[in-house]
Amino acid sequence: MRDYTIFIPEYIAAGWAVLVVAVELFFPRVRRDGLAYLTALGALVWGISALFFIGKTPQSFQGLIESDNFTTYFRLLAAGIVAAVSIMSASYMSGRTKATGEYYGLLLIAGCATVYMAAATELITAYIALELLSFCLYILVGYLKRDARSSEAALKYILLGAFSSAMFLYGMSLLYGLTGSTSYDGISAGLAARGDGTDVGVVVAFVLILAGVGFKVSAAPFHMWAPDAYEGAPMPITAFLSTLSKAAGFALILRLFSVAFVVDAAEWRWAFALLAAVTMTAGNLIAIQQSNLKRLVAYSSVGQVGYMLITIAAIGYGDQTVGLNATSGLLVHLIGYVVSTLALFAALTAYYNKTGKDTVEGLRGLAETQPFLALVITVSLFSFAGLPFFAGFATKLFLFQGATTDELLWLVGLAVLNSFISLYYYLMVVRQMYLFDPVAGMTRFKISPVMWVLSAGLMLGVLFIGIYPGPAFKAAENAAKPLFQQAEAAGAARAP
Amino acid sequence: MTFDEGQGYIVLATLVAPLLAALIILFIPSGQKMAIRYVAAFFAAVMLGLSIYIFVAYQVDGGQIQMTLKWVWVENTAFLGKDGITLHLAVDGISAPMALLTGIVAFAGTITSWKLNYRPKDFFILYFTLLAGVYGTFFSFDLFFFFFFYELAVMPLYLLIGVWGSTRKEYGALKLTMMLVGGSVLIWIGIFAVFHEANLGTFDMQRLFAAGSDGTLSPTFQKIFFPMICIGCGVLAALWPFHTWSPDGHMSAPTAVSMVHAGVLMKLGAFGIIRLGIQLMPVGAEFWMPGLMVLGVIGALYGATAALTQRDFKLISGYSSVSHMGYVLMGLATMNQIGITGAVLQMFSHGVMTALVFLLIGALYDQAHTRDLKDFGGITKVMPVWVVFYTIAGLANVGLPGLSGFTAEFHIFVGTFQAYPVFGALAIVAAALAAGYMLRMFAIVFFGPFNIRWKDLKDLSPLETMAGGLLIASIVLMGVWWAPFTDRIGQTVAAIPGVIG
Repeated sequence: MRDYTIFIPEYIAAGWAVLVVAVELFFPRVRRDGLAYLTALGALVWGISALFFIGKTPQSFQGLIESDNFTTYFRLLAAGIVAAVSIMSASYMSGRTKATGEYYGLLLIAGCATVYMAAATELITAYIALELLSFCLYILVGYLKRDARSSEAALKYILLGAFSSAMFLYGMSLLYGLTGSTSYDGISAGLAARGDGTDVGVVVAFVLILAGVGFKVSAAPFHMWAPDAYEGAPMPITAFLSTLSKAAGFALILRLFSVAFVVDAAEWRWAFALLAAVTMTAGNLIAIQQSNLKRLVAYSSVGQVGYMLITIAAIGYGDQTVGLNATSGLLVHLIGYVVSTLALFAALTAYYNKTGKDTVEGLRGLAETQPFLALVITVSLFSFAGLPFFAGFATKLFLFQGATTDELLWLVGLAVLNSFISLYYYLMVVRQMYLFDPVAGMTRFKISPVMWVLSAGLMLGVLFIGIYPGPAFKAAENAAKPLFQQAEAAGAARAP
Repeated sequence: MTFDEGQGYIVLATLVAPLLAALIILFIPSGQKMAIRYVAAFFAAVMLGLSIYIFVAYQVDGGQIQMTLKWVWVENTAFLGKDGITLHLAVDGISAPMALLTGIVAFAGTITSWKLNYRPKDFFILYFTLLAGVYGTFFSFDLFFFFFFYELAVMPLYLLIGVWGSTRKEYGALKLTMMLVGGSVLIWIGIFAVFHEANLGTFDMQRLFAAGSDGTLSPTFQKIFFPMICIGCGVLAALWPFHTWSPDGHMSAPTAVSMVHAGVLMKLGAFGIIRLGIQLMPVGAEFWMPGLMVLGVIGALYGATAALTQRDFKLISGYSSVSHMGYVLMGLATMNQIGITGAVLQMFSHGVMTALVFLLIGALYDQAHTRDLKDFGGITKVMPVWVVFYTIAGLANVGLPGLSGFTAEFHIFVGTFQAYPVFGALAIVAAALAAGYMLRMFAIVFFGPFNIRWKDLKDLSPLETMAGGLLIASIVLMGVWWAPFTDRIGQTVAAIPGVIG
């Protein structure tokens, strides 16, 4: 029997997207920021409807879509990101463009695509979800079409994105040829039946798929699009790119590699370890030289992706229990990273709305002119750097500890060293805000109450996860369990 | 007196008081400078009172770890087993005097900052956050929280020095922060390795200590990772050759931060070596201690020699701190009871003494705006109290009997002679050099021809006299009656596996 109820949250989200577009169509004089809050409300309803799925028995739709805790986790994450980004966009977009209905609609659709990247258990479905997300993002990046930088960013993003999709697709077709199936379980069985020897076809297929998804999460050396797209995109979309698109990429990678490809881990795990090492080092070293805030965040997020990729390597090197631990660490780090990034961009957007500056130098003297924003920016940057009290401290510790295996201790050491390098360029931003006086003519200014509440709320989130990480970690573990059912069975056998 | 759960809440209160102070000050409008100062002084006094209580209430024959408070924080999730992460606060014979030291120095630093007029709100928020980190590190018996608080103590320094500092403050602040966090990187990697190797699913330090001595952490493992932890913590303890942040940082830091930093924070490094090095990896410690001894002696000699040639007051104190922390490391490296006890005594002694020195330098610099020795002369005429205080601090520094420095250095030298006689002799050379740089400074600044430029200098204010008096009282107390300290420290040190009686 086909059970369509597992799609209810996305019916709501997609329906709401249509509603937002329709509202603008039929009431052209509607306040632009009203649409933003309508979208945020939709995301909220979507998130609440997702709550009903927590802890339910996993349900599969025709072997294509799996609704389990892992899916629910990304549903909640996506709903939260969409809500925060749409509130962030309210004043930013209404000052810059007249038609915003599609913009907000696309935010919701991109959220749905993320959920299906997490839920897909079949390659074609996963690919469609991936493309749905990519197309939403292409349009959103170039949404300010009168702004040359925005259009340029969108063009670069589309060209490179299409190229990477092609690689992903080629890898998929090779894999179908080798295993005769496109479903994750079928691939797993096919790979298991193949025997132990190294097969060039398999390795090429894995590398192509890795390059495709590596592009989506902007892992070095496939990160070239990220700084340009981040810089040109509207500020809230930069936040969207660095949170939702990365979360979606990791959702896809996690299920694909831990369910379908794990049996042949020996063929791809070294590649992920290498990719992680290159990504974190390149991201952090290049970030030091950046003078534009968005580019700085772009490279810093490349560095963060490097840390997260360690997990995938750990899934390959360890057994099911290690995989479960590492994935729990990754998922909890993802929350910490997302909340910190959103807090950072909420503050930067509020600042940009007032001053139009997006360079590191532009923040000069912010501690005098707007101490609250300076505090939020400092908190989120220190959270990235992994300093205590802030989310990054606890979540990074869980991420690295979860991935610590005998084979990967060197990689964890490199990651810790990298997070030390990253502190340098975060301090350079903090230095501008706190150590220097504002440039002449800058006086104290106020920010809108909505942005104040949003920034303060997200900052409290960063502090909460940093001080009491238990609940987030527990949620992450529950979300990771469906991917590692053997580990769960082993754990159940151990427990009295 | 019986020890129950209630005592644990005293420890918790000591840790929460600075956080609460920071939180309350956060909500006071920045214009209300007096209110901010009163709140700060009130909480500093509370912290001092609680610290004294903890020191006095710690019972010498009442068991190793007292006043325990355990709150489960995260458990049974992923790689964490039962009591995976607990807020495990307790006091042992080493952390009791350290808590007392923190209370004294923090109080003195707070009232010295009374006249600070530039953004006092932000200053006190960061200052109290730092103190919470210091207390937390001393009280934590959970590796997660130990590292949490250790980092918390280092984090605010960048802004404290960068915003409120003096000479080359940006350079000093950045150098100090990057070097200290670089040390933390090594500790962090060490923690991952220890957790993974012990494989107990817990960060609880008591269980990990047991794992360290019963062989769960294999000897090979301990030998590989002890130097990592030791250097990581050693950076903060000004271990030569990783001490270079110390003179620059101290030179740039504002008075109260210098006091807390040299007085307490550097002790966190040595404390980390005791906790994460000697207690957690006794086999590794035993293997590597001769190396630490060499570096400690070099630090002691090098710091004293460098201090001999400096002209800036703060640089002299900075290098003298390197020298004295060298003694601490030597004491730890002896691995015998009297040496390690001496090291902890020296941590306390150097803490109060250095805090006093930086307080006095700050009081002078605020009026004179120079710290060059050669600019001064005959200061005794205008600042008699200042000179008396400085003399006491200086003599404690040299190790005059009757003052705290003597007590501490005596223990260390005896311990060193027992373990490594040659290094014991070298340590005494360093003590002689200390007399050299102190007397040189006395001669130039206190006596000599009076420079008429300084005829308007004022002596210490009543608040500064009070803060200085408190520190001097501690110096004298420890100099004449050290039994309360040695009893507490000795009984904990004796219980560490691998320490010779």
